Amino acid sequence: MTGRVSTAASPSNSIWRRIHRSDAWYSFITSPTTVVAMMATVVIVLAAVFAPWLAPHTPFDADSVNLGDAFTPPVWAAEGMRTYILGTDGQGRDMLSALMFGSRTSLLVGLAVVLISATTGVALGLSCAYFGGLLDSFIMRAADVQLTFPSILIALLVDGLTRAALPREMHDAMALYVVIASLSLANWVQYARIVRGAAMVELRKDYVEAARVTGASARAIMFGHVLPNVVSPVLVIGTLGLALAMINEATLSYLGVGMPITQPSLGTLIRNGNDFLFSGEWWIAIFPGALLVVMVLAINLLGDWARRVLNPRLR
Amino acid sequence: MALLELRSVRVEFPNRWGTLVALDDVSLELAPGETLGVVGESGAGKSMTGAAVMQLLPPPARIAAGEILLEGRRIDDLPAAAMDKIRGRRIGAIFQDPLTSLNPLFTIGDQIEETIRTHLPVGAAEARERALNLLREVGIPAPAQRLSAYPHELSGGMRQRVVIALALCAEPSVIIADEPTTALDVSIQAQVIVLLKRLCRQHGTAVLLITHDMGIIAETADRVAVMYAGRVIEIGPVDDVVRRPCHPYTKGLMAAIPRLHRSERRLEQIPGAMPSLADIPPGCAFHPRCGMAVENCSRKVPGLHGRGLHRHACALAAEAT
Amino acid sequence: MLAQVGKRVYQAALVMLVVAVIAFGSFRFLGDPVSNMVGPEVTPDEKAQIAAELGLADPLPVQFLRFLGNVLRGDLGRSYQLRQPVAELIVERAPATLELALAAAFLSMIVGLPLGIYTAVRSRSAVAKFAMAASLLGVSIPSFLLGILLIMLFSVDLGWLPSFGRGDVVQVGWWSTGLLTLGGLKALILPSVTLAAFQTTMMVRLVNAEMLEVLRTDYIRFARARGIRARTLYFRHAMRNTMIPVLTVTGLQVGHLIAFSVITETVFQWPGLGLLFIQAVNFADVPVIAAYLLFVALVFVSVNLAIDMLYLLVDPRLRVARR
Repeated sequence: MTGRVSTAASPSNSIWRRIHRSDAWYSFITSPTTVVAMMATVVIVLAAVFAPWLAPHTPFDADSVNLGDAFTPPVWAAEGMRTYILGTDGQGRDMLSALMFGSRTSLLVGLAVVLISATTGVALGLSCAYFGGLLDSFIMRAADVQLTFPSILIALLVDGLTRAALPREMHDAMALYVVIASLSLANWVQYARIVRGAAMVELRKDYVEAARVTGASARAIMFGHVLPNVVSPVLVIGTLGLALAMINEATLSYLGVGMPITQPSLGTLIRNGNDFLFSGEWWIAIFPGALLVVMVLAINLLGDWARRVLNPRLR
Repeated sequence: MALLELRSVRVEFPNRWGTLVALDDVSLELAPGETLGVVGESGAGKSMTGAAVMQLLPPPARIAAGEILLEGRRIDDLPAAAMDKIRGRRIGAIFQDPLTSLNPLFTIGDQIEETIRTHLPVGAAEARERALNLLREVGIPAPAQRLSAYPHELSGGMRQRVVIALALCAEPSVIIADEPTTALDVSIQAQVIVLLKRLCRQHGTAVLLITHDMGIIAETADRVAVMYAGRVIEIGPVDDVVRRPCHPYTKGLMAAIPRLHRSERRLEQIPGAMPSLADIPPGCAFHPRCGMAVENCSRKVPGLHGRGLHRHACALAAEAT
Repeated sequence: MLAQVGKRVYQAALVMLVVAVIAFGSFRFLGDPVSNMVGPEVTPDEKAQIAAELGLADPLPVQFLRFLGNVLRGDLGRSYQLRQPVAELIVERAPATLELALAAAFLSMIVGLPLGIYTAVRSRSAVAKFAMAASLLGVSIPSFLLGILLIMLFSVDLGWLPSFGRGDVVQVGWWSTGLLTLGGLKALILPSVTLAAFQTTMMVRLVNAEMLEVLRTDYIRFARARGIRARTLYFRHAMRNTMIPVLTVTGLQVGHLIAFSVITETVFQWPGLGLLFIQAVNFADVPVIAAYLLFVALVFVSVNLAIDMLYLLVDPRLRVARR
């Protein structure tokens, strides 16, 4: 029922005008929370990506850390120091730099997990839909089994079992891969399901039958026709999946089975500061905690925007 | 006095580019016991008309101007609680898809008895009796068993009969039937139409029959209103409008119906398509597609011309007579 | 109907079997059962002998069946770290987790359900908008962080509630309960609120979404067209239709709670199964990990099965039509 202003007679139909008139832009610009979320995300991502160059200190280089500066409060407090704007932790590491590097790791893990689980899930979903039969039943059965458990539990189990299998000395070095692997393993199912469903709908359509008859290969059909149609739900799940992956990774790190202090994520930093909450040095845990919440909230808001745009509007 | 009357009803809804007009200056009258067909293409505003009468317009659509009167009293400005009492009891409705119209989690009996008891002061036992009678009236075999059945256990035709029973159970004086046969098989369609006709004649119920199927109108309605782009562009007794259409659009519609007794090479078509609500042409909404259009057609919105029962909204056609 | 029940039981058994295989695999191949049982001075020959005695040289299927037999008899091995039979540990710690989980489930239902309905029915009110915003925040804060914040506020700053442990517990048979003492109840508050928070926000969002969906359906519209009063529409019609998907989620909740208790118990040092599990992971205590896996799987599978059965009862469309 919503009419669309006809663009046939408009003078300039350039890409900027098209963006400006699109649903996506309208939905974005009229929602102040989404705009703020986008700005916050951009700032945080830039700080994370360019951390090695932007950070004032190198807190994870053991030589540059001064134990004497430990427990410095933020600069606005009584004993704050201007070199450490957000204070230092129990070992003298600068909080601001730690936050930048920490968010770098958190984002890295989150993005890696989403990429891997999405690719795996999409590939499996497409295969199930196209090949059907035994492959389909087997994978879907596995998916059902896995879905009965929350992803954090699966991640914990995979993580735990992997650690039990690896010799203790290797734990820290392999942590990044173990964490990414466990979280990816825990999260492929929704992508596979959604893609399988959408693919099965597409495959029943006549044009696919026609393509098959004229000899198009399975891959051509899948990539050329089916894939474009499943992109939007995958994008929506992906944004929310990123938020979830970051929370899960932070949880694993907080519990001590995620990223180690030598390559910390925000979760590790919170764990690091946990014990000092009671003795008054609140900033060691609260700053990474706040940053984590802001990042996840921003991603969730952007995910909501994506969902508004990509789902058919109700009017 | 007309039983149901719409006077210059205008329905608008705001969207991000401004306000869209779904119904523009729609006036209709329904006499007791008569069947008025409302016909037009998808998007012409027929369903909106029915929804406006029942105050069931999908938000944010709203009645921006005009009045709707039932037995001489305004019902378009009633508060929600008062409207609840009118719906079902004085004006009933039938929608298009019988499967989705019935709540899948309640039995047929539950739904009928609940409606009866909402409007009529009867006890459970009597409600059940009435429900049984209703099911018999609409021609459902073994009604007692059907009362405890769920909607998904019935066939499409039977479900629509149940829907009709539900619409009639509180004995309204008007029924708004919005595409009652569109979702049914052709063979069932005929049965349902016959049933509707019979019941309404027996109970003396007036019917506002909304459909895009001219054939059903020709068989069932006493009068017909043709709608285009939210306006009524022709209205009159069915025979008259079908045999002697005045408005170019109606003429085009009639011409487009293939005739069995004539051999034809090509099907007649009205060129172009009905405009979307955001693009309604100025003046007469049909003029871009009309073979007879002159410049004045794009300047002035034609009101309803003609005397007597058969009226239409074409200035040129009026001049010609 | 019987066929459908049978099918679900079969699927449940299948899941348990898969889990059992994984548990057995972990037991057998990860960690070293023999080294963990004897001291470091034992020679390789003696180790091999012990291994043979333990039946570790037998063919795998035989070992698996023996494992299954043991499990069914309640013998889940011995914890490497704590040196106690795992079954004993589980029985000892289970009440703590179960009480916590049930308290949290209860909280999330009595807050989440009404709030979800209210935000759908009165979606324009200030309360509704606030609730939806809060629920977005709730989904964005990790559970452990919420726990930390609550501890900071209520334990450190205000000093009202304890920040760790169960408080005073009373032993009733083999079950130790904290519900009968004031100390125990106080200690239960922060952990159960933390555990319930995520569930509550999910509940509110889900009930809201489902209710809005239902209110848009044709059958609700038709009911309105028949003059059914608004209150009846909401409470009798819409709610019944909303309940079905909500039921599934509630069922999954109980399972989720057991899983998320790992986090909450760590934050609050709550002596339940979750804390046991995390300590086991840190120590590579394979028997405990494997046993926890089995236990959790059993709980999930049973709850899912129960929910499925409930579904069959509640949704007439799922039953085979009786003609």
